[in-house]
Amino acid sequence: MTDVLVVAELLEGASRKSTLSAVRFAREVAEATGGAFDILTIGEGAEAAASQLAAFGARKIFTAEIEGGYVAERYAPTVAAVAKDGGHGVVAATATTFGKDLLPRVAGRLGAGVASDIASVSVDGGSLVYRRPMYAGNIFGFARVSTDVQVVTVRQTEFEAADEAGGYTSAEAVAVVEDAAASRVEFVSLEAQKSERPELTEASIVVSGGRALKSAENFKSVLEPLVDVLGAAMGASRAAADAGYASNDLQVGQTGKVVAPKLYVAVGISGAIQHLAGMKGSKVIVAVNKDKEAPIKEVADYFLAGDLFQVVPELVSEIEKAR
Amino acid sequence: MKILVPVKRVADPDNANKVKVSADGARVTSEGLEWKLNPFDEYAVEAALRLNENGASGEKLGEVIIVSLGPDEVQTTIRQPLAMGADRGIHVKADDAELDSTVVAKVLAALVAQEKPDLVLMGKQAVDGDSNTAGQVLAELLGWPMATFAMAIETADGGKTLTIGREVDTGVLTLKVTPPAVVTVDLRIVAPGSVRNGVTPDAHKYGEGARYASLKGIMAAKKKAIDVRTLADLGVTDGAVVTYTKFERPPARTGSVRFVESAQELVQRLKTEAKVL
Ligand SMILES: Cc1cc2nc3c(=O)[nH]c(=O)nc-3n(C[C@H](O)[C@H](O)[C@H](O)COP(=O)(O)OP(=O)(O)OC[C@H]3O[C@@H](n4cnc5c(N)ncnc54)[C@H](O)[C@@H]3O)c2cc1C
Ligand SMILES: Nc1ncnc2c1ncn2[C@@H]1O[C@H](COP(=O)(O)O)[C@@H](O)[C@H]1O
Repeated sequence: MTDVLVVAELLEGASRKSTLSAVRFAREVAEATGGAFDILTIGEGAEAAASQLAAFGARKIFTAEIEGGYVAERYAPTVAAVAKDGGHGVVAATATTFGKDLLPRVAGRLGAGVASDIASVSVDGGSLVYRRPMYAGNIFGFARVSTDVQVVTVRQTEFEAADEAGGYTSAEAVAVVEDAAASRVEFVSLEAQKSERPELTEASIVVSGGRALKSAENFKSVLEPLVDVLGAAMGASRAAADAGYASNDLQVGQTGKVVAPKLYVAVGISGAIQHLAGMKGSKVIVAVNKDKEAPIKEVADYFLAGDLFQVVPELVSEIEKAR
Repeated sequence: MKILVPVKRVADPDNANKVKVSADGARVTSEGLEWKLNPFDEYAVEAALRLNENGASGEKLGEVIIVSLGPDEVQTTIRQPLAMGADRGIHVKADDAELDSTVVAKVLAALVAQEKPDLVLMGKQAVDGDSNTAGQVLAELLGWPMATFAMAIETADGGKTLTIGREVDTGVLTLKVTPPAVVTVDLRIVAPGSVRNGVTPDAHKYGEGARYASLKGIMAAKKKAIDVRTLADLGVTDGAVVTYTKFERPPARTGSVRFVESAQELVQRLKTEAKVL
């Protein structure tokens, strides 16, 4: 029997949808081991976020109201204390930059081993086995964690957002635990990129542009019409983000975001290993590239060979016609 | 500042699709692949050097110490940052199988107790295991503040406070940190203007990426000291807490690529064949 504590990620006082991937994981573990799962909402707006998560089947929801922006040192002591008091065998969050930052710090406090960015979980002989991508997604390893408490971050694209389970879990406030490390770090600002488009990690279609777009203006005038006619989210390769054609938070790949939409269109992207690591789980992959030998062909289902400056506008008008 | 930079050697990341799984699934084999400095660690070395120098005059402002855990071969890995300009190295002898991010963090914590650096500057993730864990665990073990996924570091007072931009999902999160601290770096820390130490003139432009070792640097590195320690010397003998019982290759994507002749054909196929439009 393993009880799981899910740490919810909050943004502007609301639970992010990514939290529901960790909830899915927690439910799987609880069901497989005959345990239960609890949720901790922590940060500014923790109480409001708790009511958003009330219908997902948690045994308990704990809330820890902490004002000001997110700083790991101010959250980790409370997360660890809740897990300790609750006797949770697993502490989990989704592997967003929030989860990846906070959870290993919590692990340090609990003396727990960490399985990060897992793709699935199973039970074998009473212990949990975590399947996780390594080497930029070219190998899957099956990991076991030998510590009493285990810390896990889960890949959002591999754990579908949990659906509501009915019922209503009421919230219970917990004491905030302080730690000296927090006195030496101060939140200054969060400069968030705002966009009207769907969120990259949640969109069912993603159109990404690479270095071949050559400028931020071309991202706007050539790529955006394709993005918008498809109602897609916009992505970019590292080369395009580094060059300033697109903002960094649009980077797809090993060190950017991992996406798995039903359709991924890579425009002027060569398909470096680090890029493939972030998109090869997509259902259908289309490459638009003038080089028929570009490595993206290894994962592409459809390859439109040609100059993007000519074929992308054609694609836009063909899609409009086909509607 | 005194800066400790842990570095790991990894199988050539640009050939990560060539790593193989042994027939019994028990091991990952990277035979025939070159060992490379983990790219994020190379960026950490570059950032440490930039923090500790006047980029225009070349004058040094502090010490950069390189640490690597692994078999004897990692001494070659340590020489590379020494050739880039780091001052000395520490090799902690260990079999790769004895290590995981938790062991690495414990060893680094023990070394920090001995060396008392102002900063541990490291990669956010080793691109073989892709764990992204050691830095955060280390910071907690030390009771130090941390800034992970750093893409900009600025200090104007010799390092008494650091203003650090972190690359997060929603944009850039800025923290002000009082050392000693742990900082893990992301890709863009090696952009030309990402590190500002208040000494290097703002007009000075660094190149894109980490510096290459000069021939002179390579010669000098041969004479730099590498201290050798064991896990037992540092009191870390519990072994890895995360172990792998099996490895496998992901299933290949179904079918092979279909070249289409025109935008019109592509749209038709996406609609009727793939049914995604
Ligand atoms: C540690 C590390 C982490 C990394 N993480 C990431 C990551 O997360 N995400 C990522 O994307 N990269 C990452 N990279 C970088 C990666 O290795 C590649 O350098 C990068 O993905 C290349 O981007 P690109 O495909 O846009 O550019 P290029 O490789 O330059 O490819 C451009 C492509 O456009 C085609 N082309 C050119 N002109 C035209 C035209 N007019 N019409 C049509 N096609 C055209 C070319 O044939 C070529 O295939 C990482 C690298 C390192 C070292
Ligand atoms: N064997 C090692 N020797 C030195 N540093 C390491 C080692 N393994 C990991 N690290 C450091 O820890 C960082 C994060 O690694 P990881 O948690 O394994 O992804 C790396 O970028 C290195 O700076």
